Amino acid sequence: MSALLEVAGLHVRFGEVAAVRGASLVVARGETHCLVGESGCGKSVTALAVMGLLARGARRAAERLAFAGQDLRDLSDRAMSRLRGDRMAMIFQEPMTSLNPSYTIGSQMTEVLRRHRPGATRAQAVDRAVELLGRVGITAPGMRLGQYPHQLSGGLRQRVMIAMALMCEPELLIADEPTTALDVTVQAQILRLLAGLQRDLGLAILLITHDLGIVARVAHRVSVMYAGEVVESAPTAALFAAPRHPYTRGLLSCVPVPGKVRRDQPLGSIPGVVPRIPPGFAGCAFRDRCAHARAECSGDVPRRAAGPEHEFLCTLAPDWARAEPVAA
Amino acid sequence: MSGAAAPPAIEVRDLRRVFRVRQGLFAPPREVVAVDGVSFRVPAGSVLGVVGESGCGKSTLARLILGLLPPSAGEVLVEGRRLAEMDRRARARLIQPVFQDPFASLNPRRRVRDIVAMPLVAQGDMPRAEIERRVAEVLERVGLSREQGDRFPAQLSGGQRQRVAIARALVLRPRVVVCDEPTSALDVSVQAQILNLLAELRRDLGLTYLFISHNLAVVEHVATEVAVMYLGRIVERAEAEALFAAPRHPYTRALLASVLTPEPGLGVPDVGLGDVMPDPANIPPGCRFHPRCPLAFARCPAEAPVPVATAAGIVECHLENTAAARAAA
Ligand SMILES: Nc1ncnc2c1ncn2[C@@H]1O[C@H](COP(=O)(O)OP(=O)(O)O)[C@@H](O)[C@H]1O
Ligand SMILES: Nc1ncnc2c1ncn2[C@@H]1O[C@H](COP(=O)(O)OP(=O)(O)O)[C@@H](O)[C@H]1O
Ligand SMILES: [Mg+2]
Ligand SMILES: [Mg+2]
Repeated sequence: MSALLEVAGLHVRFGEVAAVRGASLVVARGETHCLVGESGCGKSVTALAVMGLLARGARRAAERLAFAGQDLRDLSDRAMSRLRGDRMAMIFQEPMTSLNPSYTIGSQMTEVLRRHRPGATRAQAVDRAVELLGRVGITAPGMRLGQYPHQLSGGLRQRVMIAMALMCEPELLIADEPTTALDVTVQAQILRLLAGLQRDLGLAILLITHDLGIVARVAHRVSVMYAGEVVESAPTAALFAAPRHPYTRGLLSCVPVPGKVRRDQPLGSIPGVVPRIPPGFAGCAFRDRCAHARAECSGDVPRRAAGPEHEFLCTLAPDWARAEPVAA
Repeated sequence: MSGAAAPPAIEVRDLRRVFRVRQGLFAPPREVVAVDGVSFRVPAGSVLGVVGESGCGKSTLARLILGLLPPSAGEVLVEGRRLAEMDRRARARLIQPVFQDPFASLNPRRRVRDIVAMPLVAQGDMPRAEIERRVAEVLERVGLSREQGDRFPAQLSGGQRQRVAIARALVLRPRVVVCDEPTSALDVSVQAQILNLLAELRRDLGLTYLFISHNLAVVEHVATEVAVMYLGRIVERAEAEALFAAPRHPYTRALLASVLTPEPGLGVPDVGLGDVMPDPANIPPGCRFHPRCPLAFARCPAEAPVPVATAAGIVECHLENTAAARAAA
């Protein structure tokens, strides 16, 4: 596998909140990497740190932050904005955060291309926009160009966002909870679309979600994030065959699976909420919510190998879970 | 049901609600039929799950049942009584809502304790000490601490805010609770906590729920019966176990197929619904689902199907009519 995006030892702080604490992940060319965890775990901040889009006041540090071998850490704002929307693009949960309500779909799509490809003519940009709207499954693409974002349904807006992100043929697409606000039927259509695009265009995707059901269906590799740390990472099949971190197992037990529900028994759940971690915090951040917590958990937590390319951050031994199937 | 038996907790008869919407200043108003001929009964102590995509009329149905919106035709009875004929305070003691976005429905300037006390205060006749006692009791019931009772909504997580909304709904000890997508804005982990809480409360307090979601998988744990809604109509209704074991309507099957279970290797299924989105201002003739139905045949655009009784409920689909006819022949 060849690495397209490499993140190692990433830290992001907002004043007294340590939002990302030493996260590492690698997105290979042409593969889908899922970053999964509950709200507030630092997934979006990780993505924004990669894109150079962190809010003012955020402090970012990393041992490595590279795109296609190029170090992003000391790239100028201008160089970073040349990369964004060109070789790497991002879409968000709420398409209206990046669509401007007062411009037509067409003018926003063509603007992206003309910003990054000054040589492109207007006609070329329009052709590309029409082609991509068709590619993302939008009927009558020519007519859509003249419409405004509010004239489209949530599912269509997300398709437009995807088409817009693809205008300059990016190598990496970061999709931050792109289907969380959508109906399950539309979610399935959008995820199928992304999987198809990635196959056909060789796109690498970093997909952020809180739902392990989605991860199982689309990811090649998974990083599970908790309170700013990657607490488990593995190829998808390995992760679901033998999840090791108690947090991963807890998340998995929360996904409702039709036909497996026992009406007289509670669903699996994780008690409590994601904590805010101050700088200098020591030990496992999950220990207050963990059924397996013990004294060692407040000391240094080892990163353990559980198999080929499968690691987890926990005081438990790699084979601890063998005797305990994940609660359904 | 005999005359002597207790009335169902909720009964809805031929309910219809039409909205007139203007698209522009000079455009003629269009009619949006949000709920179109819906009838069902929810027995006391049970849970009817209502499932369907955005815009199919779920929230309109909820508001009709809560008496927040008058029907265009048909009627709603809660414990055998017409809500329109009751005063607001009596209605509040009978039926209460829990909505999707607790943030929008909780007053940001008030402390949790005062938000939860509001329905009691509005009753107008309860001593202060009794109000405080009932609020403390219900906060504990939904898993909020005393200290959380003193906070403002913005200081709580999404799941904690939904607990506040549930406490406020329960403080008057209503008989019926209408939950409109109570977990759709939450993480799966928090969703599981809230579903478990709702199931436990129903069991302990003998409540009846109407429970709305766009995700079939979410209702399975709480519902005793499930109604699948499409463009304002219930196209399938069945006892929950039967519906999940053997969904009959092609739309129910598509909804079930769109649930992404954590099984790697299966990929994302093509649920077969195509790209035409349903529009309640423009309901297709015949079976309203036919433009998206993978099994549609000549009769579907020509003729509206009538509900067919099944062992576990009803289905509104020409395939059922043909199956029934074949069985009768
Ligand atoms: N602009 C910001 N200022 C201060 N804190 C922030 C900001 N953005 C995010 N955070 C904090 O960083 C943590 C991680 O947030 P985020 O990455 O958005 O989580 P996720 O995307 O996993 O839900 C949270 O505690 C959040 O409150
Ligand atoms: N107050 C209203 N005025 C006009 N149209 C409305 C109103 N409330 C709902 N509708 C329309 O009725 C249809 C059903 O909406 P709703 O009941 O909110 O569906 P759901 O909750 O299933 O998403 C939609 O087309 C919606 O736009
Ligand atoms: Mg986020
Ligand atoms: Mg609704």
